[in-house]
Amino acid sequence: MVERSIRVVVAKPGLDGHDRGAKIVARALRDAGFEVIYTGLHQTPEQIVATAIQEDADAIGLSVLSGAHNYLFQRVLELLAEHGAADIAVFGGGIIPPEDIAALKAMGVKELFTPGTSTQDIVRFVREHIRAAV
Amino acid sequence: MTERERWPERPARFETLSGIPIEPLYTPASLRDWSHDEQLGRPGEYPFTRGVYPTMYRGRLWTMRMFAGFGRPEDTNARFKYLLAQGQTGLSTAFDMPALMGYDADHPRARGEVGKEGVSISTLDDFERLFADIPLGDVTTSMTINCTASVALAMYLAVAEKQGVAWERVGGTMQNDMLKEFIAQKEWICPPEPAVRIVVDMIEFTSKHVPRFNPVSISGYHIREAGATAVQELAFTLADGLGYVEAACARGLDIDSFAPRLSFFFDIHNDFFEEIAKLRAARRLWARFMKERFGAKKPESMRLRTHTQTAGVSATAQQPLNNIARVALQALAAVLGGAQSLHTNSYDETWALPTEEAVTVALRTQQIIAEESGVALTIDPLGGSYYLETLTNQMEEAAHDYIRKIDAMGGIVRAIDAGYPQREIADAAYRCQLMEDRRDKIVVGVNKYLMPEERPINYLRIDAAVEREQVERVGRFKAARDPAKVERRLKQLADACREPRNVMPVLVDAVKDYVSLGEISDVYRRVFGLYREPIIF
Repeated sequence: MVERSIRVVVAKPGLDGHDRGAKIVARALRDAGFEVIYTGLHQTPEQIVATAIQEDADAIGLSVLSGAHNYLFQRVLELLAEHGAADIAVFGGGIIPPEDIAALKAMGVKELFTPGTSTQDIVRFVREHIRAAV
Repeated sequence: MTERERWPERPARFETLSGIPIEPLYTPASLRDWSHDEQLGRPGEYPFTRGVYPTMYRGRLWTMRMFAGFGRPEDTNARFKYLLAQGQTGLSTAFDMPALMGYDADHPRARGEVGKEGVSISTLDDFERLFADIPLGDVTTSMTINCTASVALAMYLAVAEKQGVAWERVGGTMQNDMLKEFIAQKEWICPPEPAVRIVVDMIEFTSKHVPRFNPVSISGYHIREAGATAVQELAFTLADGLGYVEAACARGLDIDSFAPRLSFFFDIHNDFFEEIAKLRAARRLWARFMKERFGAKKPESMRLRTHTQTAGVSATAQQPLNNIARVALQALAAVLGGAQSLHTNSYDETWALPTEEAVTVALRTQQIIAEESGVALTIDPLGGSYYLETLTNQMEEAAHDYIRKIDAMGGIVRAIDAGYPQREIADAAYRCQLMEDRRDKIVVGVNKYLMPEERPINYLRIDAAVEREQVERVGRFKAARDPAKVERRLKQLADACREPRNVMPVLVDAVKDYVSLGEISDVYRRVFGLYREPIIF
């Protein structure tokens, strides 16, 4: 059986316009052979979850640099659960203080990458921890 | 054995951050076709390479202006007063994301974002609390706000009026650079053409009624932070500036009536000499464009005055105290480059908004440069350096090439529609990341000299109560208004947008009646439509 490639939605939730990191991650994942859908900016959690379900994504990567990460990550997790799509893994990155990282991981966020992370580390994470749905 | 074999070079990349090759040695031969009078001239004189004022820092030091804003208006007001008490000489306001995108604190899209990345503002009530006990006739205030800058200007003028300060005495700067929003910072409401039209409304209005106010700060900072090289930052920023000047001239404004009040804002990154060269090249290029392309007659119209900020993107989350050293070097480059004002970043900003302690170190860094180092005692102390003058010429030429390309596309708005600067920046950002990943570019503490154990740092937390309180308060203020009056103001605004008539007089009246930032932005959304970005990555 041929395994289909892993499909990742890279998204910018909330009002934050800092998209340098999201675009670099989207491009690095695409160059590493994953299928990448980049949502563009200013997405509501509802829009992101709808995109992920519609695109049959295996993971959502959220980028937040505005300090609104606690609300936005939690909302995306809740909406995934409400839509019976909790199998879609959520990871992310941005300006996120250590204690918030611990809380978000406890809530179900798979991994959080902070400034200084290399693209190889993110590619390795997706390769090792995200599985394509069959 | 040749000399070269006896003295081999390190295996390093000998090039600037923008990729300009660097020679081992610069000599008089490097400046063979160079003319002191043409390329440098005297400070305060065309083409202003050595500085925009005749006495530069011997006359007056640069303005030390620390960007601040978080939480409730009274939280930011307290930080403003603290900074003024520490010897800061101007204010600079950071607004939260809802205010920057045209939503009130009580809008559903504001959930989780109120007061997080800046101060929360919905109505004039918030502005009054923000500037409580701060005399707007004495202090100049810079405001980092763009698609809703017209609302912020109206509110600022309304507060000044309430303080009894005449508009002619009000000084400050609105960032209000929408073109760079589409290129880099990405906070927008409507598409480029109506967005530029509102900017020109503000240019026209301030030139007539608020003559000490800079209505736009043409900004390279965000372009650079988004990943541009120094050359791209220089080129796209000046191209944006040319875009505003063209739009204002097309409205029939006389170049010399508004150009003296255009100001700039550049990023100061790690490459010390390249950053100094960038500021010098910027002044020379702008002076020539103003004089030769637009026929400006007043020297003030040709003078590129600039705010600067150390590069946020160069700060590292790892070993955060190292950022203090980076900021000191960048701040020194800004001063040697002849900046008019400077914000120094705090070492903890890769974790959260800065604490008071971290901000104080950043401000003291400027004070040490100003009052201990001696670099402010003569004008353009590096002028005439074979290396710096060569680099200044190279930056100027490389930026001019980009500007010629943008001219050929039909100007900056067309180039943005085509996604040209956006793509150039995304490519440069990706190249830079790959170089860091491969350690072709060293980032101390991140890809070299790593330390396994990191001490946690103290950082600023925004209490969840801020959002609740702001939402509750704006609700109360809205409920207390006369709805018919609010409707009338909003209709006047929509009419001014459509006719078109300058929106500023209508806005000043509207905010005085506590019409909110979100309600005004809704009119912009309805009349002008929403901008949709081209997806480029």
